[in-house]
Amino acid sequence: MYKIVSKKPLSANVFEMDVCAPYVARARKAGQFVIVSPDEERGERIPLTIVDGDEQKGTIRLIFQRVGKTTSQLAEMSAGDCLGYVAGPLGKPTHVERFGVAVCVGGGIGVAPLLPITKALKEAGNTVIAILGARTKELLILEEEFRQLSDELIVVTDDGSYGRKGVVTEPLAEVCRRERKPDFVMAIGPAIMMKFCCETTRPFGIRTQVSLNTIMVDGTGMCGGCRVEVGGKTQFVCVDGPEFDGHQVNFDLMMKRLAAYKDLEQKAYEAYRQHRCRIGLDRSSNP
Amino acid sequence: MSEISQTLKELLEKHRAGQLKPKDRFAIPPQEMPEQDPAVRRFNMNEVALGYTEEQARMEALRCLHCPNAPCVEGCPVRIPIRDFIREIAEGRYQKALEIIKGYSLLPAVCGRVCPQEVQCQEKCTVGLRFKDVMKSVSIGRLERFAADRAGEAAAVPEAGESTGQKVAVIGSGPGGIVAAADTRRGGHEVTIFEAFHKPGGVMVYGIPEFRLPKAIVRKEIETLEKMGVRIVCNFIVGRTRTIEQLMKEDGFDAVYIGVGAGLPKFLGIEGEHLVGVYSANEYLTRANLMKAYQFGEGADTPIALSRRVAVFGGGNVAMDAARMALRLGAEKVYLIYRRSEKEMPARVEEVHHAKEEGVEFRLLQSPKRILGNERGQVVGVECLRYELGEPDESGRRRPVPIAGSEFVLEADTAIVAIGNGPNPLLQQTTPGLKFNRWGYIEVDENCRTSLEGVYAGGDIVLGSATVILAMGQGRIAAAGINAYLAEKRRRGAGA
Repeated sequence: MYKIVSKKPLSANVFEMDVCAPYVARARKAGQFVIVSPDEERGERIPLTIVDGDEQKGTIRLIFQRVGKTTSQLAEMSAGDCLGYVAGPLGKPTHVERFGVAVCVGGGIGVAPLLPITKALKEAGNTVIAILGARTKELLILEEEFRQLSDELIVVTDDGSYGRKGVVTEPLAEVCRRERKPDFVMAIGPAIMMKFCCETTRPFGIRTQVSLNTIMVDGTGMCGGCRVEVGGKTQFVCVDGPEFDGHQVNFDLMMKRLAAYKDLEQKAYEAYRQHRCRIGLDRSSNP
Repeated sequence: MSEISQTLKELLEKHRAGQLKPKDRFAIPPQEMPEQDPAVRRFNMNEVALGYTEEQARMEALRCLHCPNAPCVEGCPVRIPIRDFIREIAEGRYQKALEIIKGYSLLPAVCGRVCPQEVQCQEKCTVGLRFKDVMKSVSIGRLERFAADRAGEAAAVPEAGESTGQKVAVIGSGPGGIVAAADTRRGGHEVTIFEAFHKPGGVMVYGIPEFRLPKAIVRKEIETLEKMGVRIVCNFIVGRTRTIEQLMKEDGFDAVYIGVGAGLPKFLGIEGEHLVGVYSANEYLTRANLMKAYQFGEGADTPIALSRRVAVFGGGNVAMDAARMALRLGAEKVYLIYRRSEKEMPARVEEVHHAKEEGVEFRLLQSPKRILGNERGQVVGVECLRYELGEPDESGRRRPVPIAGSEFVLEADTAIVAIGNGPNPLLQQTTPGLKFNRWGYIEVDENCRTSLEGVYAGGDIVLGSATVILAMGQGRIAAAGINAYLAEKRRRGAGA
């Protein structure tokens, strides 16, 4: 069950894997996610967006960034290993229609969940402008796939090592000012990026969707840990989202909640890395 | 059989000779169940109540008057012949006692521990009525638990009925689902349980803590189901992974039992509920129980707040569980804030008693007005309002009325909202034709039949927040309905 069929790095800390999950592969739609755990007994449950799927092979494509213990465990697994479990697909699928001109903005690892949505928007007949951002050239992922999908691709890096130097909101503002104003904007990335994308589009009155990746336990509406404030009302990202009208989301609150376990997570990660180092030493001293 | 005391021997002799009169039985002191010392147990996850010794169980069983009309049975949602199994315990025939119970309830080790007996069987007990004190009724729950723990190991696995070739899908592996699965399997159908979590057991594994219901007990019941040939598929969210319609039209299921519970946590809607450190009881307990956050860093990877001062809102069993869990996770101070008085609390008397013993501070006739946070968005306190009791409301309980200007602040770094759950909207969104009432619960008839042919439902998704035993009772009714429906379907099939 849940066998890793293939796995490869996309950048220093970002990995891609195809995982056997036939039911999910069959049911999934753009914008949905799965709950994944590397270990059935002790593992943490984390949400990951389904980037793609192959119904015939019964596999789904997942992309994740190594940020803590659980994602490190995933990063260390290889083809042939099995995940503890994969549950899904979860969340409401993206509402896709022919808007006209759609701008897809992705930052960092957010470029991964943006891919299936961009694909769906393109298939629905939209003119797609993709804006991808990364800190530096090595961290940019999925550029080729976006290049093929989109009518126009703008790449920015914080340090200017590739594409334009700057952040995604700059080209986004330019696109909004064009004579042919965009009809729809989809922004996925770090919370702070999504917040500023929404601030960028707000004066233009362009509908802007964001996909939120909050802390979750079950992913089915049972715990409420993922709750966010949207338009002054409490919404659960797992069942009411993960996509919301970005102009209504209280990002400041969300960012605080995202940091809820920062210290604990840091400790767990440190302990894990030290443990791994020790194992490494043992091995090298015992040929 | 172990040694029994001289007193018990003499009582048993009189009992067998038919000479143990009601007044002799009334004279037997109610047997207290041994428990872990509160000062010790508030720091561990082990079960609080240790169960009767054999001597105690038989002594307690002799307190039963064997009333001809057995009023206790009326108080039991699944009508266990209580008088009969108690008689067997008195005689030391524990296996027989357990068989009697198992004919009616599949999960005696669970129900003996978590049923609210004081408002069910024990409320009707003649002994309790005689003393005008329900706490002096025969301890039916403890005896049920004793029989299950004592004889459970050797209990036979119920046999599956002769194969009908028909398929039943059970959605949810909580108490109702377990009973529905067992009963339809006995009916000879091929049964599959679909569970959204990675472990089966529903509220018994994610909600009710280890110290009140050891998970090994639930695991054993699930194993029994598997030995009967019930298939259990975890990580499967009906409505998302497959819809009910797909299960029936494409996957060949002839009937469906929906026992998904009511799992969507309610919040108060007060200021500050989004602060870091505010949990729904569901989240808090799921992290602690199912995900074993109490072993964070030492065998489990799911974190939970390291709390010093915790405020729990609510007065039900779940609120007690959350408060007692917080103590075990290392909190120095735990407040339980409830806006009515103790008399109106929906929690079991025993849970309230245990929580107090362990040091949970009850703040009655108080209610949170808003949760206060610091600049990092972390909870630092709860502003509460005092209440007084006014006229009875529609529930018959006296309505709490706020006292103007009575606000005060309790220092706390964690707040847990335990004010109940509502129905999850997922099935409503994904099951066309299935009728729900205006609160989002599924509408059923007296046989737990829904508006869709072949689809039955029971437990919390029908009743709202109920108990393990009520969910089991509905699972049983629904299973009987499904078995009859499928028999009819076979007849029609054969006739065609």
